[in-house]
Amino acid sequence: MTNASVGFAALGDPTRRLIFERLARHPMSVGKLAAGLSVTRPAVSQHLRKLKEAALVTERQEGTRRIYRIDPRGVEAMRSYLDRFWDRALAAFKEAAERAEEEEETSS
Amino acid sequence: MSTIEPVVKELVVEASQERAFQVFTDGIDRWWPREHHIGKSPMKRTLIEPKAGGRWYAVCQDDTECDTGRVLVWEPPRRLVLSWQLTFKWEFDPNFVTEVEVNFTAQGPKRTLVRFEHRNLERYGEAAPELRKAIAAQDGWGKTLDEFKRVAEG
Repeated sequence: MTNASVGFAALGDPTRRLIFERLARHPMSVGKLAAGLSVTRPAVSQHLRKLKEAALVTERQEGTRRIYRIDPRGVEAMRSYLDRFWDRALAAFKEAAERAEEEEETSS
Repeated sequence: MSTIEPVVKELVVEASQERAFQVFTDGIDRWWPREHHIGKSPMKRTLIEPKAGGRWYAVCQDDTECDTGRVLVWEPPRRLVLSWQLTFKWEFDPNFVTEVEVNFTAQGPKRTLVRFEHRNLERYGEAAPELRKAIAAQDGWGKTLDEFKRVAEG
């Protein structure tokens, strides 16, 4: 798999997308990430491992903590994220447009 | 420069061309994903102003407004080009512009082919050196240089 498709797959999971979005705003530790999410710390670590494998996220040691952030070299990360995002958005658009068409039919 | 493929999607919508265009623009609030918003307060609604130069923005619960981009081309019911100006940090930047183009082609009275493209994504790469600089300044290198300066200046 290319980097892009690994990234795409990694962002298929909604929790991982959420983690990615949060790290896009601020670099942070596992503890801080877990505090804001309804998943356990080991689960967050697991998700971070997948995101790291996909080159979407990098880590570094700062004192006793490891800080995670979006890999700034990972332009593909952004592309993968947007690809997923538009899939969801356009599916919702299609549904809304078809529902509007049906409503028009039943009311006329 | 590295080439980053645009995000391209094609979908067939069982609705007229006019309806599809209208729901995409005027009706954007009916389908725009709720979880995606950049404000601190939860999102109340999303709007696209129906004209070239119009704003594309979200209104939050606390009535603050967050821009996403602008209307670059307004050609109902066939073509729409919007700018998407959210950076890596999900913040609106007037100097950062990527384009979203949507073409609506009638395939029948109630059938429309929608071709979607989000392009200029390589600009996220061009923004990356800036991003690295910002990160370096925030932590790590920034502190190290301050320390160096302090020591050097004795």
